[in-house]
Amino acid sequence: MDIKELLEALCNTNSISGDEYRLEEIIMPVFKEFTDDIVVDKLGNIIALKKGYNNKGNIKVMLAAHMDEIGLMVKHIEENGFIRFTSIGGIDPRTILGQEVIVHGKENLFGVIGSKPPHLQEKDEIDRAIKIEDMTIDVGFTKEQLMNLITIGDTISIRRDFKTLQGNRITARALDDKAGVAAMYECIKELSRLQHEPDVYFVSTVQEEVGVRGAFTSAYGINPHIGIAIDVGFGATPELSKTDTLEMGKGPGITIGGNIHPGLRKKLVDVAKDYNIPFQYEIAPGPTGTDGRAIQITREGIPTLCLSIPLRYMHTSVEVVDILDIKNTAKLLAFFITTITNTNLEGLLCY
Amino acid sequence: MLLKKLTEASGVSGNEKEVRNIILDEIQDFVDDIKVDRLGNIIAYKKGKDNPKKLMITAHMDEVGLMITDIDDMGLLKFTTVGGIDKRILVSKPVLIGDNKVLGVIGAKPIHLQKREEWQNALEIEQLYIDIGVNNKTEGEKLVSIGDYVIFNSQYVEFGDKLVKAKALDNRVGCSLLIELIKEIEDIGFYGVFTVMEEVGLVGAGPVAYTVEPDLSIILEGTLCYDIPKLDSHLIPTHLNKGPAISLMDRTTLFDMEFRKRITKIAEENHIPYQYRKSSMGGNDSGKIHTTKEGSVTATISVPCRNIHSPTSVMSKQDYENTYKLLKTILLEYEKGEL
Repeated sequence: MDIKELLEALCNTNSISGDEYRLEEIIMPVFKEFTDDIVVDKLGNIIALKKGYNNKGNIKVMLAAHMDEIGLMVKHIEENGFIRFTSIGGIDPRTILGQEVIVHGKENLFGVIGSKPPHLQEKDEIDRAIKIEDMTIDVGFTKEQLMNLITIGDTISIRRDFKTLQGNRITARALDDKAGVAAMYECIKELSRLQHEPDVYFVSTVQEEVGVRGAFTSAYGINPHIGIAIDVGFGATPELSKTDTLEMGKGPGITIGGNIHPGLRKKLVDVAKDYNIPFQYEIAPGPTGTDGRAIQITREGIPTLCLSIPLRYMHTSVEVVDILDIKNTAKLLAFFITTITNTNLEGLLCY
Repeated sequence: MLLKKLTEASGVSGNEKEVRNIILDEIQDFVDDIKVDRLGNIIAYKKGKDNPKKLMITAHMDEVGLMITDIDDMGLLKFTTVGGIDKRILVSKPVLIGDNKVLGVIGAKPIHLQKREEWQNALEIEQLYIDIGVNNKTEGEKLVSIGDYVIFNSQYVEFGDKLVKAKALDNRVGCSLLIELIKEIEDIGFYGVFTVMEEVGLVGAGPVAYTVEPDLSIILEGTLCYDIPKLDSHLIPTHLNKGPAISLMDRTTLFDMEFRKRITKIAEENHIPYQYRKSSMGGNDSGKIHTTKEGSVTATISVPCRNIHSPTSVMSKQDYENTYKLLKTILLEYEKGEL
């Protein structure tokens, strides 16, 4: 499958944290083609294993990209059928006003998040952001009609189709971090054409957006020698400082900081340079907000790397990424993995 | 489907060409005279038996939207609003730019990098821009020009219990009603008029009234509906599913009481539900029509639309049907000379 096709399928399928199961039927078959073993663990993480060649010491590399996305949840149904809701994960309430939504009830219900007509607004109202608790979703049914369709606790996602912009740019909801899952897929395809010693675990993790939970349990289960989180980084836009951001189309961000194993990071940079893969640096002195944070402190501690795909407008429903950046992320990962051997691993991890 | 075609067409005030062409195409075989005037208004006439009063039915065909004002060095597009848009509904939406409908998105700063007080305030238009995926100004200029009109990228969707979501229901719903009337009604003479630039100050309506010189006018609209829970009923301008809304007054017109009462009586006699539009805010083409030349009598009949002036406006098909029924009945009374 083409990476863009997969990404479209991933983004057009809803997988709000804790409710990710719908992605199994998309991710499992495409990874199965290249794996020796694929399982879903107790929390819902999808773990695909690609065995290494001549892997005498049984060395293991774990890749993690989270497949969950931020969203909303039904809290209350008003007398007239309007739905009150809360958020799951970090949502800027300003980005959900006037959106179309899908309420994942007994069946998927279309709805819209209403807004007050500008004609009726007081002068000072217009400059204030509307709070989530003051918003309602209109699904066009009365409370009685909804009794058998929706229950408190159902998840709700913003309705947005995957679309192509100019050049290699695409826009969709939840490219954070389905772009990362797509990068893992591209990496496994790449590795199937290369020889590698380590066993590689490709983990599509759950519940990253609410506290990197899937990464904790999957890393514990796999107990890898090296963990690599593939997530998204802030794409450069005019209102953001240059030091906080990654440029679009200029390759993945390689994270530097306390969350990252310095020896491995140096090796990763060398591989990028050797293979002429564009990359940028991303600075994160403390724990990153990625699965890498969980992996690093699992069991007795695991050497960790983070790669960030540049992404604009993070946590809105119009996130933008450059497909080329995803492909370069995958390529860098694949070549990096081929350079890790039973012979050199100990040296690389040595301080 | 007519309403789908009309709402998905582009027609921001001052750029009504696409929607005008759809309307012309729909009605030209059903009218006896039709012209597009110097401002772009469509004035159509259907012949019928002589009537002492000249009746004009109007609907504005423009919609609110955006216009490109600049392309920056990164290839991001700055814009201004055309017509009354709540700046808060623009964030995180896809849009279509210019005649070629280039897709773009209006993004926002990631919540992770915001200070807490930032997301309590609305984003200003000046802080927003459209991203079409290009790398720089030169690439942007190949696809977009300053002055290009921008519409919301929002499809017509039927949902819930006979509801419709679309952009531009204000006022493609009025256009759709008028087109259907023109097509169906026979042997009743009236002017069917589709105006331009209502949303930027009732621009087309005055010249149209000047040309037609109506005695009676009915203005068809999609109007405010804000029937959220726990709002005092006197603060609710209209309700969904309670039938056509008859205007009492707005910022531009105090509607003729005799004509209004005649219309509500017709509704009652024919068991058609109706409601009053209980807000004095907003305004429509009537403001210009009733004060043109020596003045004339007007009424406004509207289909209630939730989330008006947003990409996700909502109306009820039941309200639409009842509005159409009322209009047809009014025309029959007019034919009898009893309006």
